[in-house]
Amino acid sequence: MPADPLTLAIRFGYGLSPLHPPPADADALMAALNGPDRIARQYRQPPSPLALSRVAVQLQAKRAMNRDETEANRRALRAANRQLAEDYDDARRALMARAALSPDPFRERLAAFWTDHFTVHLPGGRWRSVVPAYVESAIRPFVAGRFAGMLRAVVTHPAMLVYLDQFQSVGPQSRTGRQSGRGLNENLARELMELHTLGVDGGYTQDDVRELAELLTGLSISDEGFAFKPQLAEPGPEVVLGRRYGGAEPARLDEVLAAVDDLARHPATAAHLARKLAVHFVSDTPDPDLVAALAARWRETDGDLAAVAERLVTHPASAAPLGAKAKRPQEFLLSALRALGPVPRALTGMGRRTLDGVFSTPLRAMGQAWPEAPGPDGWPEEAGSWITPQGLAARITWAMAAPRVVRPDLPDPRDFVETALGPLAGRETRFAARAAETGWEGVGLVLASPEFNRR
Amino acid sequence: MQPTRRTMLKGLGAIGCSLAAHPLTTTMTFAAAPGENRLVVLILRGAMDGIGTLQPVADPAYARLRPELSRASPGADLTQGFALHPRLDPLRPLWAAGELAFVPAVSTPYRDQRSHFDGQDMLEAGTGRDVPVGAVRGGWLNRMLGVVPGVTAETAFAIGRDTPLILTGDQPISSWSPATRLDLSPQARLLLERLYEADPLFHAAAFEALELAESLGRSEEVDSFGEMMRMTRDAQAEERAAEGARALASFAAARLREETRIASFSLTGWDTHRGQRSALDQALRRLSDSILTLRDELGPLWGKTAVLAVTEFGRTAAENGTGGTDHGTGGLMLLVGGAVRGGRLFGGWPGLDESALYDRRDLMPLDDVRRYAAWVLRGLYGIEAGTLGSVVFPGLDLGDDPGVLV
Repeated sequence: MPADPLTLAIRFGYGLSPLHPPPADADALMAALNGPDRIARQYRQPPSPLALSRVAVQLQAKRAMNRDETEANRRALRAANRQLAEDYDDARRALMARAALSPDPFRERLAAFWTDHFTVHLPGGRWRSVVPAYVESAIRPFVAGRFAGMLRAVVTHPAMLVYLDQFQSVGPQSRTGRQSGRGLNENLARELMELHTLGVDGGYTQDDVRELAELLTGLSISDEGFAFKPQLAEPGPEVVLGRRYGGAEPARLDEVLAAVDDLARHPATAAHLARKLAVHFVSDTPDPDLVAALAARWRETDGDLAAVAERLVTHPASAAPLGAKAKRPQEFLLSALRALGPVPRALTGMGRRTLDGVFSTPLRAMGQAWPEAPGPDGWPEEAGSWITPQGLAARITWAMAAPRVVRPDLPDPRDFVETALGPLAGRETRFAARAAETGWEGVGLVLASPEFNRR
Repeated sequence: MQPTRRTMLKGLGAIGCSLAAHPLTTTMTFAAAPGENRLVVLILRGAMDGIGTLQPVADPAYARLRPELSRASPGADLTQGFALHPRLDPLRPLWAAGELAFVPAVSTPYRDQRSHFDGQDMLEAGTGRDVPVGAVRGGWLNRMLGVVPGVTAETAFAIGRDTPLILTGDQPISSWSPATRLDLSPQARLLLERLYEADPLFHAAAFEALELAESLGRSEEVDSFGEMMRMTRDAQAEERAAEGARALASFAAARLREETRIASFSLTGWDTHRGQRSALDQALRRLSDSILTLRDELGPLWGKTAVLAVTEFGRTAAENGTGGTDHGTGGLMLLVGGAVRGGRLFGGWPGLDESALYDRRDLMPLDDVRRYAAWVLRGLYGIEAGTLGSVVFPGLDLGDDPGVLV
């Protein structure tokens, strides 16, 4: 039996919306995903080159200011900082608007999944707007494309190179290494195999990590963005998982990318990511047949992510009853915005204080600050990690307070329970929507209900 | 109708056995907790650099392996050829008072893959390599609760945003973050209870949240959306402060002064691949702040307290090319508290000579971190050695008592 529209909307999207009907069937879901990414053009975020150039401008302004505290330098630094803060605000607005208003929310969920898979966390205000720009350039264009393309884009993106220290890794026998005595940092090499591709049981050894770290030397950054610097590259060749790479003099980027491509193509990668997709979208204990089907499709298509997504949404396991998983805080918040059906301006015109109050602070309190995950392995999946006393308290508080900000004309809770949950609403939730003392409490109770917080 | 503890209990009763071990019902049933001794487990996430913390300055290989780092934060001598990182100097009085001990070369059974995540899972699960990572559900502190009589949900407390694996499992525990608040109108509270009644996961979490928010004295009545919005906004600054190490330790101490006997929280920031000098500085400051806050705020109870600070593995013996260190094997464990026989090192030192290293790169672990944890549990709570080696730490050979407690 194929999944019904309600199940598709909740399992593969951000739930119901008063503005868009749920997808009629899996074909409709896939047709939208395979179509153009219209919503990204409608609610824009600065792409990587622009975001990075603004970081560079800010860095230069900061250096100038450190050299010489003139009024002109102070003004330039202030302007650069303001630009970075505005970019970050735009990113927050776009994230909310896309999830709440898109007719194609599967794309948003996939982008969120892969962003989490390729987590980067760059602390400090300067880098904050780079993370969304990284998603925009290295993740989003590939969610219905090839995994190998995404992997190449990720390992050559400054955000990842900075986050996992690759930009500071120097081949000990490279020109720079011999002159400076600097050396290897194996952080990216390890996570690339352990987290991004093969998985921790994917059959690699410490020697493979070391060899891959040597091979990755040269991947670096400049003020303009990504840069391949042969003077940092350890003279090859290196042997990773039994295959030789590198050895050209001077070292070349395509030798490194050949190994990245092979990691993307490795059968362990297909198995690792098939399972991860099934766990994220369907169940913490996924149907083995679903996992096997996804891995098979992955291998047959050499990691064509649209083909894998198609297998996911059409597999019988994806029609199983909803509720096995708890929405993570970002999913909860974004699906609540979607259920509220705000006018675009309510999201796109949100000021900074409101963005903090409605978005950033509550997400941190719910346990899932945006955009940063605590480590390169991203956020946990299990309901028990999120539905904690402190996490649930933060959800309830948000559900009571935030809806009025995006919908000053708050819907009647008795209608809202239908819009937000339809046939999923249980007796107690319907009762609460009726019995609340105020409209905002009624809406809050619907959003705080277990039905709304599960998927 | 005003919801009271009584009406809440009635609501709970209707759900029956799934909540038999619920915080409120159990605290009302049992008065006694397992004795008066306190245990705090600090999980140092990210792999603490033990060599940079308790610096083996007399080891001839030390300065050679770490030409830059050994000069970056040189400590003053502590004992037996080891110096203490200057950021831990505030702990020297504890060392002098015999309340601080180190195990300089210790690890879990985890080897070779050097993954933070699997390493932490093994540390918290308390299992060995005979059990695949993730195969034993739950953590050793939770299993330990199952073998001590008179345990209530208040007995063990996980502090912070996330409940760490070490405390998850079949036994009821409490968890809360000092930054959380929850204020609702009486009617909304009542409706919420009904809403969650049929979903045990949500019910347990919400019930505990309402109880704790109340017991922490934050329950100013909120009757307007505007008020709630203001609180959501103002929470940010408060939040940052409240998530700090001092706030976590202070909250732990407050619970430990009441019914709680076991508390755990995590300190992060130990993954010092580059710029270790300042990163380790900050992480050690948080560690030192946590310990001193616990001591100050536990008052006389400090004498009955043992604090274990453990990390998933150590870091490479040599510094790397970026002013940091990479994932290693053997690492450092700290034991602190009035219940600890401190002022000494336990477990020996393998040396940093290349032939003495694990895999020719990492400090060789000489002992199993679980053995120390097990003997602490044995001393504080009188758990049988056989139970410790089978239920709490399945497959662990406890060996001889290292004598870490007074």
